Amino acid sequence: MTQSPTLSRRSAQSGSQLPRKSRQRGADARAGYTFLLPWLLGFIALTVGPMISSLYLSFTNYNLFEPPKWIGLDNYTTLFQDERFLQSVGVTVSYVVFGTPLKLAAALAVAMLLNSKRRGQGFYRSAFYAPSLIGASVSIAIVWKAMFGDAGPVDQGLSFFGINLGGWVGNPAMTMPMFILLTVWQFGAPMVIFLAGLKQIPNELYEAASMDGAGPVRKFFNITWPMLSPVIFFNLLMETIHAFQIFASAYIISNGEGGPAGSTLFYTLYLYLRGFSDFRMGYASAMAWLLVIVVGIITLIFFRTSKSWVHYSGDAK
Amino acid sequence: MTTMATPTQSLPDAQLAHYNPKSESAGTKRVKSAIFHAVALALTAVVLYPGLWMIASSFKPNSEIGGSNTSLWSNNFSFDNFVTAMDGIGGVSTLQFFTNSLILAIGAVVGTILSASVSAYAFARIKFPGRSIFFGMMIATLLLPFHVVIIPQYIVFQQLGLVDTYVPLLIGKFLAADAFFVFLMVQFMRNLPAELDEAARIDGAGHVRIFTSIMLPLMKPALISTSIFSFIWSWNDFLGPLLYLNTPDKYPLPLALRLFVDQTQSSDYGAMIAMSVLALLPVLIFFLVFQRYIVEGVSTQGLKG
Repeated sequence: MTQSPTLSRRSAQSGSQLPRKSRQRGADARAGYTFLLPWLLGFIALTVGPMISSLYLSFTNYNLFEPPKWIGLDNYTTLFQDERFLQSVGVTVSYVVFGTPLKLAAALAVAMLLNSKRRGQGFYRSAFYAPSLIGASVSIAIVWKAMFGDAGPVDQGLSFFGINLGGWVGNPAMTMPMFILLTVWQFGAPMVIFLAGLKQIPNELYEAASMDGAGPVRKFFNITWPMLSPVIFFNLLMETIHAFQIFASAYIISNGEGGPAGSTLFYTLYLYLRGFSDFRMGYASAMAWLLVIVVGIITLIFFRTSKSWVHYSGDAK
Repeated sequence: MTTMATPTQSLPDAQLAHYNPKSESAGTKRVKSAIFHAVALALTAVVLYPGLWMIASSFKPNSEIGGSNTSLWSNNFSFDNFVTAMDGIGGVSTLQFFTNSLILAIGAVVGTILSASVSAYAFARIKFPGRSIFFGMMIATLLLPFHVVIIPQYIVFQQLGLVDTYVPLLIGKFLAADAFFVFLMVQFMRNLPAELDEAARIDGAGHVRIFTSIMLPLMKPALISTSIFSFIWSWNDFLGPLLYLNTPDKYPLPLALRLFVDQTQSSDYGAMIAMSVLALLPVLIFFLVFQRYIVEGVSTQGLKG
């Protein structure tokens, strides 16, 4: 019953195969763009369009109320003489350079600890993951500020060991460690990804290495690291790009000012202040484009250097 | 090996196994497991401490939050801070802030599910010219710092008179601007067997039919992770509302909290922390209920927290 119509359709097809195929292709193209429409509209109206106009604005003086005035490269040259800008670069770079590797090291260490068939593994995994879900929220920024404030629990706890640092929030030398601890505390998200990667490594590799008398250190560098390298690469790239964009915690902890002494003036916070407090939108656009360029270069460097240390399955190991 | 020869003969079997490095005895296993749990529990205590401190403080009187009292426990636990926190700030009740957050989060979930699933279907299941170029661009937007678009977006919304409305905060959700969710759904759909569509096509089904009656029902796990994460991200979002909302009665919770920080500046610490707890409550409940989905989602799709 079901066969005969299919057969007849097929024989009808073979007679006029080309036109039908191209008709199908045309229908697919139409359907493809129709289904893609929401994303396409968003991409053009909310990403490409704004990117082009912020590139244009970055060459102008614009305050939202008067028409933009073309000033060429002035915004960019002014940036490199702006001490607050240079400070915000320093703050952000030290946060990225110290915070991200520490966070990933913690994530990898804990993932390796949890990578065994023991009871309670699921519980620990969930408990360690929880901070990643709430760490960037305003609530946690408030808690962090209170915990690291004068006479807060961190200060009290350290005093117990004879270390008297006072409040970290008001001390320009201690605000960066405080933010780094905040990001390291959120090691759970990369940890869960590492854990999934570790589970993919066949156990026979470790057994074979044990037979050959390899210790834990050699096993780590000769098996775990190369086998996990695609996951390490993914985490490193995503966490680095993410770290450049820290905003809410910096805003709340410093009351939107980047203090004390500019020690929490993160790049995006300074961009926000220039653009939306001073309404120097051309200047802020130049900052935004500089960020895009820097992140682009870093991504490129990551991908270029990855060839030497990232091994995808199928490669020679 | 050599020392084993004489003494082992008198030892019982269980202890004998202890000397063999290949198979561990029950005793060593227990010791190893105890060490594992000791380390893991110590780490759990450190990781959960800020949360516990926050919850404990929210029930404490102001005088006990700072100062010399470091213990989490207090004899003066009460709901006073929550009562004060529920009063709200700037003449707006906390219930109103809650409602605002909820409207934005539900709007974000609905918009993202609708737009991302449809766009992902185009990427994953339809062959059309330009597909791979657009797909590459979609991936590129994953890595793009979104700060580069906020200024022109703000200018346009300001000229359209849409500042201080929810439109700028929600329109992107309905246009699949969160590329991560599109990517997640594309990955999911690509893993569904191609024979499904082919069979449906032979039966004369068009793309709309295939999408609604074959793909959507099969995509349930991806739709659930998308819903959970878009809800939580919207709930915690701070920069968007900070840019676009000016009147307090439209504020979602994160902005209300900032108002609270600005106005009370350490005078009513307890109420501020109680409000922080209230603002996190839905996220924590979500996490407790859906933790399997959330953690699995992160490990299989690389979702960020």
